[in-house]
Amino acid sequence: MKLDLILRIGVKFLLPFILLFALYVQFHGELGPGGGFQAGVITAGMVILYAIIFGVDAAKRIAPQRMVEFMVPLGVLIYAGTGVAGLLLGKNFLDYSVLAHDPPHGRELGIFLVELGVLITVSGTMTALFYAFSERGR
Amino acid sequence: MQHVQTLIGHYNYFITIFLMVSGLYIVIARGNMIKKLVGLALFQTSVYLLYIEPGKIIGGTAPILDPAFKVYSNPLPHVLILTAIVVGVATLALGLAIVARIHEAYGTIEEDEIFAREAQE
Amino acid sequence: MVLLTLLAAVTIGVVRTRNLFGVVVLAGIYSFLMASVLIVLDAVDVAMTEAAVGAGVSTVLLLATLHLTKSMEYPKPRKAYLPLFVAIGTGAAIVWGTYSLPHFGTPDNVIHKHVVPRYLQDSIKETMVPNVVTSVLADYRGYDTLGETTVIFTAGIGVLLLLKGRRRRRVDEPGEGGAT
Repeated sequence: MKLDLILRIGVKFLLPFILLFALYVQFHGELGPGGGFQAGVITAGMVILYAIIFGVDAAKRIAPQRMVEFMVPLGVLIYAGTGVAGLLLGKNFLDYSVLAHDPPHGRELGIFLVELGVLITVSGTMTALFYAFSERGR
Repeated sequence: MQHVQTLIGHYNYFITIFLMVSGLYIVIARGNMIKKLVGLALFQTSVYLLYIEPGKIIGGTAPILDPAFKVYSNPLPHVLILTAIVVGVATLALGLAIVARIHEAYGTIEEDEIFAREAQE
Repeated sequence: MVLLTLLAAVTIGVVRTRNLFGVVVLAGIYSFLMASVLIVLDAVDVAMTEAAVGAGVSTVLLLATLHLTKSMEYPKPRKAYLPLFVAIGTGAAIVWGTYSLPHFGTPDNVIHKHVVPRYLQDSIKETMVPNVVTSVLADYRGYDTLGETTVIFTAGIGVLLLLKGRRRRRVDEPGEGGAT
């Protein structure tokens, strides 16, 4: 029996809950503490924990390097795209009030999209940083 | 008496400045590059404390609006410091990548040895 | 406050420790204590971010760099009196500056009067979001958050440029490295 058996089984139980907590923090960022940054770092922490216990190759099977590196600029694109959408619909840059049928709903939708963009960029960047540091050491 | 009262009220600020001073001391007085970066992170964190402390209202609560509470702490410093924390970790990551490359190029991360080697060439 | 005194003690430990692994672990403890202090100061969003970033990602990256540079300890530094003098001088100047700060925790501070009452009152009416920090971060000051996301993006690209690609042997090419 390997000595790290407890760690492996325990972490396998924990990982879905960590992901669930990250998504909870992201979507309840409007009603309680939270938001895009915290959720992004927690998601990256989940992938890093998996990589520490089971090896970087196993982690690269669930979060491929190409996908992670693609996520880094995708979030900035979503954020800037929301801003430009406000511009195209007739008002100022980053004015969300025109995105829905009335201004408060429009701004809430804008905040939701913007936090989604931040989540994608932050989680992609932290995971890509970890992959880069671990690749160099081989 | 007034002086002593001010001192006790400002105890938080004194500790924050002590943290700031020790972070600064690590950056300028130690030669190991990783320790310098840790000192920089220490310094940045103490600056976050310095910003958030004046915003707290004794008897207030976290700035999440709710009909049951009337007094809220100031949310504006929280927003600025949130940005600062994430920018700080981005800077730390870049600094660590540069330290890794310096180690590959020179074989050491001590500042004195790198200066000596540069002076020889 | 007891937590702040603990923070000061951990900081003295970080200054004096020579073993780098110990320094990294103490930095993680420092981040955790800082997050607790921030919760006491009613900054819940900031505390969550500081705990996740400082005690999570920051510690992992420091440990990865320690592994890459294969360093564990550094030699005893020479006595440095000029930096100590400079640091204490700067500290004294800042302490003299904080004397004019108002008392800790009073509600009639100047900074509570300018634009914050408007944020606190109109956040639900205009954006239907009760968390004032999120609504200010993403809506009222959304431009700053766009800049911040760009900074994270730039740092990621920078690290990928520095650290991807094959590791050169020092014998073949001195100093010249880079991607493909």
